[in-house]
Amino acid sequence: MAFSAIAAVILIFVFITKEALPLLWSHEVHEEVTLTQMWTAQLWPGYDEAVHIWQPVSDIPKFGIWPLLVGSLKVAFVSMAIGVPLAVLAALYVSQFARPRVREIVKPAIEMLAAVPSVVLGFFALIVMASIFQDWLQLESRLNALVAGVALSFALIPVVFTISEEAFRAVPRSYVEASTALGAARWQTVVRVILPAASPGIAAGVALGLGRAVGETMIVLMASGNAAITNLSLVDSVRTIPATIASELAEVVFGGGHYTVLFFLGALLFCITGVVNFSGDLVIQRMKRKLGVAA
Amino acid sequence: MSAPFKRCRGHWAADTSLRVATGLATALILAVLGTIVIDVLRNGWSKLSIGFLFQSPTDGMTAGGIFPAIVGTVALVLIMTIAVVPVGVATAIYLSEYSSANSKFTRAIRVAVNNLAGVPSVVFGLFGLGFFVQFVGPAVDKTLFGGEKVYAQPALIWAALTMAILTMPVVIVATEEALRAIPRDLREASLALGATKFQTIFKVVVPQAGPGILTGTILAVSRGAGEVAPIMFTGVAYFLPKLPDKLSSQFMHLGNHVYTLATQSPDVDATKPLLYATVAVLLGLTFSLNLAAVVVRAKMRARIANAR
Repeated sequence: MAFSAIAAVILIFVFITKEALPLLWSHEVHEEVTLTQMWTAQLWPGYDEAVHIWQPVSDIPKFGIWPLLVGSLKVAFVSMAIGVPLAVLAALYVSQFARPRVREIVKPAIEMLAAVPSVVLGFFALIVMASIFQDWLQLESRLNALVAGVALSFALIPVVFTISEEAFRAVPRSYVEASTALGAARWQTVVRVILPAASPGIAAGVALGLGRAVGETMIVLMASGNAAITNLSLVDSVRTIPATIASELAEVVFGGGHYTVLFFLGALLFCITGVVNFSGDLVIQRMKRKLGVAA
Repeated sequence: MSAPFKRCRGHWAADTSLRVATGLATALILAVLGTIVIDVLRNGWSKLSIGFLFQSPTDGMTAGGIFPAIVGTVALVLIMTIAVVPVGVATAIYLSEYSSANSKFTRAIRVAVNNLAGVPSVVFGLFGLGFFVQFVGPAVDKTLFGGEKVYAQPALIWAALTMAILTMPVVIVATEEALRAIPRDLREASLALGATKFQTIFKVVVPQAGPGILTGTILAVSRGAGEVAPIMFTGVAYFLPKLPDKLSSQFMHLGNHVYTLATQSPDVDATKPLLYATVAVLLGLTFSLNLAAVVVRAKMRARIANAR
């Protein structure tokens, strides 16, 4: 039974790659799409220059994946830029400044944010936030990278918060006492001693948060507008990799080119989040061992 | 601790601004959570009624209730729980009671559990489709139904098993934490009285870890009720005229119901009250489950602290 977790990870990897592999050698799939077409700009009929386009359902299906990568990065960037500072500051407050009675209420309350299903956050972004943002910033498209990114930040705040708070609290008391004894003020101790000592833990929390931001599906599916546009504007609609899989898989022909490409995107996502999470965990393990010795 | 420095004005200003900045960030996060809850309750409250909970949707989803979605969600999490709890608890028992902390196998399991916890939910959906629906399903049909297409399509059982794999890390982590918190003395007392290791684990250790297992199960159920991406291609349906009655049936689901009402409705304003009420039910469910988990865990920690 203990083997089942390992088996699950291996099975996931094998069965997703299995469906994606025909992309490498199947002639039938190559008539629709090749890896080169996906990654490089193509001169499609009717265009003046070579472009990256994701347009899988058209007379000539186009599978340029750069628009999706850029879209994913934009949404992840917005969510991290908002979520990480908020989560780390809140963790600092709860671990350093809050009185025990306040902490006992505030900590579970923030972690309750993790109990909000992502489809509910997506719903809230779509129905409530999108209109507010549009009125407020006079935006052209109601659903865009900004709305999706802000909603997504709510999903990664509990992840980053929990791990950072743990890291702050794991800083040995002796560090704080030594700093205070040397005449440091509270803010000096926090900024120059506690923050550096906890930084590997924060980095790990940020890594796990990034994994969540890149892989989150329902929020971006509902709030990003899902138009595969490649530019750097944060207020245009975007289409991310997970949202593409979720919205297109239901309509594809099993085993066809489009189907294979979607599994390829899944495999890509699995590898990206795998690497990100693994490095995060590595840092957490090392920190625990180090602090175990230091304390 | 920093009392002597409070008299120095520069430090006082820096201390205070740090305190205010961190406090504001905390307040902002809580305000967001509060806004979501209040908005959902305020707009969903009027539609909530016994009838809403026990009727089927009617008039193209603009009237009626969410009974089939509730039944589908319950069926999904029940089958998921039956599948995930034994496997998760067994893995946790192995990790905490049998394995040596630094063996390669133990480390491989830990890496796998952490990795599993980080796999995006839509990837679980792809996996469920590629593995259960298209690989296991046809094999089952071939051996049990002579090739008739019964299980080689999206079904309740495949969605539940996909969800079970997704929630496995939750159960493992919560159970292992509980097992590790049990004092060594208890195990040693049992062994000293002549119990075998097996008896010690199943008659002494596991019953003590009951609240931890319960916490993990509750959190897993909460995930199962809210996650949509893993079941999208493995068994959930937008609307079904009848309730699921077999493992091979398709089913409706609260989370998916929210998604479809919010995005696929031809008349958004007409479905909005129902949508809000559905979100209120779903949020009420996941919140009470998570609160229950917090309470169970707090009680368990208090009891262990007392025992020491």
